[in-house]
Amino acid sequence: MSLDSATVRRIAKLARIRVNDEEVATLQNELNAILGYVEQLSEVNVDGVEPLSGGAQMALRQREDKLTDGDNAEKILANAPDRIGNFFAVPKVVE
Amino acid sequence: MSIFDLTIADAAKALRSKQISAVELTTAYNQAVAALNPRLNAYITTTPELALEQAKAADARLADGTATPLTGIPIAMKDLFCTEGVRTTAASKILEPFVPPYESTVSAKLKAAGAVMLGKANLDEFAMGSANITSGFGPVENPWKRAGSEQKLVPGGSSGGSAAAVAARIALAATGTDTGGSIRQPASFTGLAGIKPTYGRCSRWGVVAFASSLDQPGPMARNVEDNALLLNAMAGFDEKDSTSAERSVPDFTTALTRGVKGLKIGIPAEYRLEGTNPEILALWDKGIEWLKAQGAEIIDISLPHTKYGLPVYYIVAPAEASSNLARYDGVRYGARVDGEDLIDLYERTRAAGFGPEVKRRIMIGTYVLSHGYYDAYYLKAQKVRNLILKDFTDAFARVDAILTPTAPSAAFGLGEKMDDPVTMYLNDVFTVPASLAGVPAMSVPAGLSAEGLPLGLQVIGKHFDEETVFAVSAAIESAAGFSALPEVRAK
Repeated sequence: MSLDSATVRRIAKLARIRVNDEEVATLQNELNAILGYVEQLSEVNVDGVEPLSGGAQMALRQREDKLTDGDNAEKILANAPDRIGNFFAVPKVVE
Repeated sequence: MSIFDLTIADAAKALRSKQISAVELTTAYNQAVAALNPRLNAYITTTPELALEQAKAADARLADGTATPLTGIPIAMKDLFCTEGVRTTAASKILEPFVPPYESTVSAKLKAAGAVMLGKANLDEFAMGSANITSGFGPVENPWKRAGSEQKLVPGGSSGGSAAAVAARIALAATGTDTGGSIRQPASFTGLAGIKPTYGRCSRWGVVAFASSLDQPGPMARNVEDNALLLNAMAGFDEKDSTSAERSVPDFTTALTRGVKGLKIGIPAEYRLEGTNPEILALWDKGIEWLKAQGAEIIDISLPHTKYGLPVYYIVAPAEASSNLARYDGVRYGARVDGEDLIDLYERTRAAGFGPEVKRRIMIGTYVLSHGYYDAYYLKAQKVRNLILKDFTDAFARVDAILTPTAPSAAFGLGEKMDDPVTMYLNDVFTVPASLAGVPAMSVPAGLSAEGLPLGLQVIGKHFDEETVFAVSAAIESAAGFSALPEVRAK
């Protein structure tokens, strides 16, 4: 199956990437080439096979639920494109 | 003999015996960086003053007897490792202004060992690429040339800046990261040795995330021994990385002289792909003969799902990337493009900040994770990934290590293999399966192509058995006697 331009626009919207008409056309071709390539997985029989989520040969570790770090407001905000006091600033969201 | 001929092991000896000082060594490298980096573009950010400061501290440690084998060794840090107070871009315009307030675990360990950082090495944007041509800070030139040609070649990727810097001797060694071949393929393209350790061996904390279930830091250096010295310092459990392996780290250098006598080496039939360059196959056969001559037993094996490695990778890695890169929204750090409202700000910021390859992968990842397609693509890929792991588990029941070529070709020209994304992806056909299985794998320089370009062989080992990988790689290295040097280099 191949993606139409409306689907490409929908994916771009989900991914929060603005795309213009020209980019949609290019992306449509490229994404379809990649999806066409991965299509060969359909020939593999995976009945009864568990999905493998990672390369780690172990269960994820749990740690004690206690504070290990904090009180770093200035460090955390140092790279903010815009800030007001100890807050990240963004355009108005609620009227 | 020039100061640039010293390996890490040589330099460590020279530093200890006071034949040279760390300041002299770093000054020589700083000058070489200043002379060659404008041409090669191997570094995005150079830090000559910091390097000199660290070299002075190294000399003090050498004097007071607290030095390690890496004290005073000038290295390049892939610009994917967060470095406190030193800009870290991941080669993306979206992180152009980012100065981390913290240090990655691996770079902190190297710092603690006394290594000197010359600068932050160029890479493909967010480590997505196989030629270092997707960097938002321009491509990297491979210091190697085809015989009789001045055409610019790519250094491979994504750790292309690290590879070019070490090959051109504007770094004594470098860090890299490997998600699907990003240490091994550039090492092969530039005549270096480089190891992707077992997933979980080196902490991912503070490394800008691409595909978290695959990303693994590792060293790149002139020879196998230098890799062992670096990995000794880089590896180890880190409670800040939930997938870090709670295992003790052996001294990898002790494995170098073990030899391969009695080892069983698997040769996977599926890597003899139709249409593979005959030079690559001939080099592979040579490698088999070298190991046989040193007493290894060669065993034909099958890794039946090899051909599905790349399609699995190009679902799993973009899926994880689309999730990991959601954080670049222009709000907390990085570049911002203002918008009429918050969504508009996000969309404009990400459109301007990400390059075309990163956008493609985020889009693919978003699609394969989206409602209605998750099972057909992502879940299916995860199941086939399990079959690929089983291929390796079955093979390692019979053999101690596996030998394959590292890459299907030597370094190619800047601008080649650009017809469509899939053509570029095929570069990683031999490296991706080990990444998916999480097993360690090393590329070691083994010969030159007819055009005079380096070619590598890949040694794949069992989970957490880097020692056997080092032993086999050292055996290949000594048999190959690879001593060729690139045309462009510090002398």
